[in-house]
Amino acid sequence: MHNDTLVEIEDVAFGYGARPVLKGINLTARRGQVIAIMGSSGCGKTTLLRLIGGQIKPGQGKVRVAGESVGELDSAALYRLRRKMGMLFQFGALFTDISVFDNVAFQLREHTDLPEDTIRDLVLMKLHAVGLRGAAHLMPSELSGGMARRVALARAIALDPMLVMYDEPFAGLDPISLGVTGNLIRRLTDTLGLTSLVVTHDVQESLKIVDYVYFVSEGVVVAEGTAAEIRASGLPYVHQFVHGEADGPVPFHYPAPSYADDLGLRRQGA
Amino acid sequence: MLKQSIESLGNRTIQGVWRIGFAARFFVAMLLHSGTAFRRFGLTIREMYFTGVLSLIIILVSGLFVGMVLGLQGYETQQRFGSESALGTLVALSLVRELGPVLAGLLFASRAGSAITAEIGLMKATEQLSAMEMMAVDPIARVVAPRFWAGVISMPLLAALFSAMGILGGYLVGVLLIGVDVGTFWSQMKSSVDFEQDILNGVIKSVVFGVAITTIALFEGYDAPPTAEGVSGATTRTVVTSSLAVLALDFVLTAFMFRGLN
Ligand SMILES: Nc1ncnc2c1ncn2[C@@H]1O[C@H](COP(=O)(O)OP(=O)(O)OP(=O)(O)O)[C@@H](O)[C@H]1O
Ligand SMILES: [Mg+2]
Repeated sequence: MHNDTLVEIEDVAFGYGARPVLKGINLTARRGQVIAIMGSSGCGKTTLLRLIGGQIKPGQGKVRVAGESVGELDSAALYRLRRKMGMLFQFGALFTDISVFDNVAFQLREHTDLPEDTIRDLVLMKLHAVGLRGAAHLMPSELSGGMARRVALARAIALDPMLVMYDEPFAGLDPISLGVTGNLIRRLTDTLGLTSLVVTHDVQESLKIVDYVYFVSEGVVVAEGTAAEIRASGLPYVHQFVHGEADGPVPFHYPAPSYADDLGLRRQGA
Repeated sequence: MLKQSIESLGNRTIQGVWRIGFAARFFVAMLLHSGTAFRRFGLTIREMYFTGVLSLIIILVSGLFVGMVLGLQGYETQQRFGSESALGTLVALSLVRELGPVLAGLLFASRAGSAITAEIGLMKATEQLSAMEMMAVDPIARVVAPRFWAGVISMPLLAALFSAMGILGGYLVGVLLIGVDVGTFWSQMKSSVDFEQDILNGVIKSVVFGVAITTIALFEGYDAPPTAEGVSGATTRTVVTSSLAVLALDFVLTAFMFRGLN
């Protein structure tokens, strides 16, 4: 194991109930890297982030963050580790009873004894970074979906964590915010020396900013490589994803009985 | 057919027992993580505003009407035995011992209990509780426990206000409307209401109801399936379960408290 390895996922399997979702995933993220995790909808990307955050425990294999095995920590140690993690939830998950400002200030107030003046400066800095300093006084219900996501991003980086996980940071953003957000993730990673795990469907945007890409399908990593390798890749799976084709090895449909059976066509024909 | 229904009955029983187990664990966790609710008492005060202060109107108005009805009915009945001078006693004792805690509890369950369940359930459904966990803040300590203590503190205060308003209502009807002697009304009340037997027991009841209602409301919210139907079902269950709990507990407590009397 490299000593600058921050996240290491080793042969991890996980299922909800009897249905397996992840079936032996391997993934490594080194400090200072932006890693993209791609895969079709429902393949278990959010599940993977929840495993890293310790919200669920792997059925098999090990998830290590900063050398600690997340699944085996007691809750005090897990909470200590989580102070160094930030997570942008897929649907924002802003606290709806407090303002945008208080949302971003939440962790600063919970975990530090900083004076209110300093907190104010820090919060406005984070909000400025996502272009929403002017929206500080709004309530979450007054934000659009894309704005809420950017506030959630500001909140995720409020404590300057060492690891930030972004669950689809680009979904619902206009092309301008999209480019800005992508660059922001890259810049934060470089200037603060943190590590970013980005779950995304946006191949073109993410290939511009990431160091390394993992493709997940059917519960395993089917392809990985640097942005340049991925662009040049001849693997049918990767090709299909990068070019957005419906036909290829990635099934578009959730497993189901045959369409003809479901519509009762077979019976009529017989 | 028969086998199926027996199976489903068994399943539901097992699930019910599991849920009671979860609820008990939840209750213990809530007590163990109550430190924050007292260290940062502002959090609890804020919740007391939402559960207690916002329930005030309904509690005060209901208390007044219940007292007025008691005045009318009590006078009607007592007149038959020529004991209408004891109207003050009747009104005060019924309110302080029974109607205050029980009716305030029922109103509290439907006004504040349902709101608590809906709020916690929605926070769960929109991943706010998960987000809090990921920010290394324990939602039991930060969200649940302050609401619990706010409910437990508010409930006896609301019950006391309910009783006070009820006595006022009894006075309005009995003395001002019907014309019972004002001196008799108050002096009879004062001499026959015992602090320990009546008032203290009433307070104990309302505290117990407060614990039961808020625990049920918080647990239902925390345990609700994270969907719209899940939250609405949980809200209904809170009102039904906590109302039944209030009535059942009232019987048990009354049996213990006033057993030695008569
Ligand atoms: N709480 C849950 N209980 C049961 N099954 C679940 C649960 N959460 C997710 N799943 C299932 O696990 C699979 C993976 O879900 P996950 O949310 O990780 O997908 P995803 O890759 O993030 O998809 P998307 O790109 O659409 O967000 C899905 O097929 C889903 O049906
Ligand atoms: Mg997802």
